[in-house]
Amino acid sequence: MKIDIKLSGVGGQGILSIATVIGEAATAAGLQLKQAEVHGMSQRGGDVQSDLRLSTDTISSDLIPLGQADLIISMEPMEALRYLPYLAPAGAVVTASRPFVNIPNYPEEAALLAELDALPHVVRLDIDTLAREKGLPKSANMILLGMAAPSLPLLQPAQLRDAIARVFARKGDAVVNANLEAFDLGFEHAKSVSQ
Amino acid sequence: MSEKRLLLGDEAVALGALYAGLSGVYAYPGTPSTEITEYIQQSPFARERGVRSRWCTNEKTAMEAALGMSYAGKRALVCMKHVGMNVCADAFVNAAVTGVKGGLVVLAADDPSMHSSQNEQDSRFYGKFALVPVLEPSSQQEAYDMMADAFALSESLKLPVLMRLVTRLAHSRAAVAVGEPLAQNALDPDSERSHWVLLPGNAKRQYASLVAKQPEIAAMAEKSGFNRMEIRRSSRRMTEEGGHEGGVMSGGDRTSLGIIACGIAYNYVRESAPQGLPLLKLSQYPLPAKQIRELAAHCSRILVVEDGQPFVEEQVRALLGADYPVCGRLTGDLPRTGELTPDCVAAALGVPCGPAFAPARNLAPRPPQLCQGCGHRDVYTALNQVAAEYPDARIFGDIGCYTLGALPPFRAIDSCVDMGASITMAKGAADAGVYPAIAVIGDSTFTHSGMTGLLDAVNDGSDITVIISDNLTTAMTGGQDSAGTHKFEAICLALGVEREHLHVVVPLPANMPEITRILREEINYHGVSVIIPQRECMQTLGRKLRQKKQQ
Repeated sequence: MKIDIKLSGVGGQGILSIATVIGEAATAAGLQLKQAEVHGMSQRGGDVQSDLRLSTDTISSDLIPLGQADLIISMEPMEALRYLPYLAPAGAVVTASRPFVNIPNYPEEAALLAELDALPHVVRLDIDTLAREKGLPKSANMILLGMAAPSLPLLQPAQLRDAIARVFARKGDAVVNANLEAFDLGFEHAKSVSQ
Repeated sequence: MSEKRLLLGDEAVALGALYAGLSGVYAYPGTPSTEITEYIQQSPFARERGVRSRWCTNEKTAMEAALGMSYAGKRALVCMKHVGMNVCADAFVNAAVTGVKGGLVVLAADDPSMHSSQNEQDSRFYGKFALVPVLEPSSQQEAYDMMADAFALSESLKLPVLMRLVTRLAHSRAAVAVGEPLAQNALDPDSERSHWVLLPGNAKRQYASLVAKQPEIAAMAEKSGFNRMEIRRSSRRMTEEGGHEGGVMSGGDRTSLGIIACGIAYNYVRESAPQGLPLLKLSQYPLPAKQIRELAAHCSRILVVEDGQPFVEEQVRALLGADYPVCGRLTGDLPRTGELTPDCVAAALGVPCGPAFAPARNLAPRPPQLCQGCGHRDVYTALNQVAAEYPDARIFGDIGCYTLGALPPFRAIDSCVDMGASITMAKGAADAGVYPAIAVIGDSTFTHSGMTGLLDAVNDGSDITVIISDNLTTAMTGGQDSAGTHKFEAICLALGVEREHLHVVVPLPANMPEITRILREEINYHGVSVIIPQRECMQTLGRKLRQKKQQ
């Protein structure tokens, strides 16, 4: 059994932290893992993406083939759409819904969200606003991870929560607790919309 | 006892080298190789062992210092991105002629598809050119395992060994089983002056001995555990399981396609190749000619799958002759440019693949850009303002974050070629009559390869204006220490730039009148002027502030 995940966003939004937490949980669960990251120039306000593959068996390619990603997790709605050719027919998209506009030719927001909503399996939420409202401004990415948790059949939510605690431990209890709270918010949202 | 760690390919190389008894790493930052040296710099184990790891001024100084450490009997590693090989080529090629004492491994991280580079040259050619063994790992585990072998190989052959990574391995993470660390070599400087003093008399002997070693190097590749013939069981054609020692290879029916998969290409082939396809995995060069002939004898056609340039494909064609069908990047079965993907490899294998969803309609490119508040922005704002007054102005750029000044909104630079070329190209253009000829170069690029060009310009009295945009760090690769920080005025004065034509300014919007005035004055001065806009990189500044807050 395997799960292929495309993580995407804009440089600085924290997609690699999501990858780190899933990676930590997967490793603790004894799963095989490969995670290809983008480093270098693209960190500066450009699009960033990471291929994360988890499996109970050996993983060959570091990159996910076209049409095979089970899940796209994106910190930004247009960046979620960028990787559509990688999405499997039954794949899910879990994304932040608020556009990050730092280019002059950003598409019209309503059309972009309509295209997103026309996909078969989409969970989207304005995580930036929610994070601010709940006093968790730096944990928007963990809300997103919580939203993705029901779409990660190889990992239980409890395993992801434990991984958050381990990954952020060196930043102190306050940071760990904020990230756990954010994760729970996202998880509850995903469950509520799937019902 | 084997412990598993989740490591980037770069980190696997670093840890492999440390556990192989490394005494020093020498490197200039360059994507995708930077994390190797950073891992060693941050490793408590390396600190405990006193492993030398500061950044070097450029790849040539790195290569030569590593050769010096090897001369002294200890194991040294040199790391760089592929184009760094061009910079250290003189030292690298001649290190094969002198030979080495302590193990010397040169790691080049290639960047096919140019994710963060100006070309996609294939470093394996350098290994063949210098007549040294080349290793090309296919996985993070192999990258780790290979380091100990590479150092041992280097010491047994008394030659440098080149290891080649590609971006997708350097920057991909996987679990790596880690072994026990080996001891470091003791200090034991070489005394064979006839090896090390490359006067023609000695050099002829040394070169002949290097050539004489080639059959041994080839034999080592032939029996290397990193090169492997794989025949997978097929229910239809091959009834018995076995490697090339068994009857399968010799008695093949010559109807099948055979694959040669090099380095990371092996993973893409394994991702989609049908069961039973005869496969030769290549991770050590020179080419194991015997194994390739065996594969050819078993099949009727060979597909060479390699990332980068058709290095192996050309050699296999030469080896098997014009009548034997060899396909790959040269025949269009795989794309001639760009990195391999599981998709293009599947297509070459005839395996159905491709997207389920069409590309989105509401999509725009999002190129990287200079950070908000970055001093380079103020430099380009000032430059564009002044350059607009001189319709013939040409601005020669260089390699770094500030290359992004080529993109909107600035569109400020006319060229970007290689490290240091801004100053020397401006000089040559000025020699030809271009006026004003302006060079823009970063602080780290200036010490890497700009200083010598500035000396040429000073000696020639060239009519150029040089802007050293100093953000006190090597920013593009993530904020590594820059070799010349706080020394730029002294360096320029020592190279002969006149005091009255050397200015340090602080690039801030508030200082725009002063900066544009100085720019105009120095453009109007018909000799070498240097302006140093100096303000710390926003990224490193932010990091320092965060660290302070945490303490």
